[in-house]
Amino acid sequence: MAAPVSLQVEFGGGAELLFDGVKKHQVTLPCQPEPWDIRSLLKWIKQNLLKERPELFIQGESVRPGILVLINEADWELMGELDYKLQDQDNVLFISTLHGG
Amino acid sequence: CPCVRVPVAAAVPVSPRSRPCPCVRVPAAPAEGALGFPAELPPLPARSALSAAEILRYSRQLVLPELGVRGQLRLARSSVLVVGCGGLGCPLAQYLAAAGVGRLGLVDHDVVETSNLQRQVLHGEARRGRPKARSAAAALRRLNSAVQYVPYRAALRPRSALRLVRQYDIVADCSDNVPTRYLVSDACVLAGKPLVSGSALRLEGQLVVYNYRGGPCYRCLFPEPPPPDTVTNCADGGVLGVVTGIIGCMQALEVLKIASGMGSSFNRHMLMFDALEGRFRNIKLRPRKADCAVCGDRPSITCLQDYEAFCGSSATDKCRSLRLLPGGDRISVQQYKELLDARAPHVLLDVRPQVEVDICRLQHALHIPLRKLEDKDEESLQRLQKRIGEEKRRTDDQTSVPVYVVCKLGNDSQKAVKILQELPAEEFGSVLAKDIKGGLMAWATKIDPTFPQY
Ligand SMILES: [Zn+2]
Repeated sequence: MAAPVSLQVEFGGGAELLFDGVKKHQVTLPCQPEPWDIRSLLKWIKQNLLKERPELFIQGESVRPGILVLINEADWELMGELDYKLQDQDNVLFISTLHGG
Repeated sequence: CPCVRVPVAAAVPVSPRSRPCPCVRVPAAPAEGALGFPAELPPLPARSALSAAEILRYSRQLVLPELGVRGQLRLARSSVLVVGCGGLGCPLAQYLAAAGVGRLGLVDHDVVETSNLQRQVLHGEARRGRPKARSAAAALRRLNSAVQYVPYRAALRPRSALRLVRQYDIVADCSDNVPTRYLVSDACVLAGKPLVSGSALRLEGQLVVYNYRGGPCYRCLFPEPPPPDTVTNCADGGVLGVVTGIIGCMQALEVLKIASGMGSSFNRHMLMFDALEGRFRNIKLRPRKADCAVCGDRPSITCLQDYEAFCGSSATDKCRSLRLLPGGDRISVQQYKELLDARAPHVLLDVRPQVEVDICRLQHALHIPLRKLEDKDEESLQRLQKRIGEEKRRTDDQTSVPVYVVCKLGNDSQKAVKILQELPAEEFGSVLAKDIKGGLMAWATKIDPTFPQY
């Protein structure tokens, strides 16, 4: 049984608009048999934080193209992407890329 | 005249109004298919010393040991292609010109509009309606006449982009749309040029240096384009001029560091700026991806493509016109004006966000933001029903009361009509909803010229 995990989940670049405009969320993930990873965090976000239009944030089991995931201020690609095992007090930032100028 | 004369690809009739020192004049792309770009630019001459006038002019930066005479001479021999002369391109070009870069290529197909002036600080009121590339060149020439300016009054196109990018040392992406960002990045990979990319929206900005010293390209980070309906432009989302200014200046700084030999700090790093929190964050990015389609070990993209098709959107930041409803569910602003003049019973429903209603509104409209309709907000739906009921009573239940839905441009209003049409009839009765094509901006241009445009 994995212990509960406390995270700071942040949204930026406009992704926060899918979450009532709130950029910072203090999140406690409950105990579950498997350790929490980004894949299961995305499912949790879809069920608990994201109420409307999930297709603007999630595609399949990952984030939609154009959203960059940063774990403790580093590109998730360096950390194992969906398989990264979340640690207590991690910071996970979902940033929508901007195109305006 | 310190400017170079460049042979122009097509014969250009010289306008009698053009001044004697026009630098490199580039004709506007006359028609689809013609390349509005000059033939090869001559290389900037290598120089071994600064003149006394240059020493005086650049003295405050020459005494910086990180730059020095060596850096300044490198700067003077560097050419920079600025893609987009808008909110990012204006401050970028301004600081690079002031610092004494050798040559600035200025690409923009657009003309200066009133709503640009809040952030595109090289263009003045008197320049409205003029091509941005030339307006920028004129303003920069007043600032530093020793720099060569090459305005290109055309959009960067897959056909011509590579030839253009090859003629410059560094590229700055100051564009405003997704297809252009992929085009610029691919062209930089194929031409082997570093790309200093900036973007801004609302109160946030981002900066990355791509394709530099073995680092990633744009496609390494974003192999797939975002779905078109998740992309917001500056007209819809808004942007603060200071934010584009800060990111444009940061881009200028990185260009200057690369050109002068200091090297960039944002290779494999993204700078994220949140103006509301006053926070800069420096994010460590992935290295170049071995399986990247363009910069990878076995690239599948070896020439430039159709980026509008790839992204499913057009290479401008102009607002799109959606067509979600059949013609019978829509009326024109002229038809609505006739209904209004005939005092036909109806409810006008404005579905814009509150912040836009505060800018301007039609006084008789009921206001429920689209977001509330999407959430099926009970209080909002009750207000709508109450208003329909009042209107019915006013006409002694003689007629049905249609709901005409309006927004800024006629996109959100169609979404709202769909929602209203799908409300359960047993609960809400049947709501006859239609949308007003072109929205309040069509109202302003076709019916009431005193109505504000934004
Ligand atoms: Zn790449």
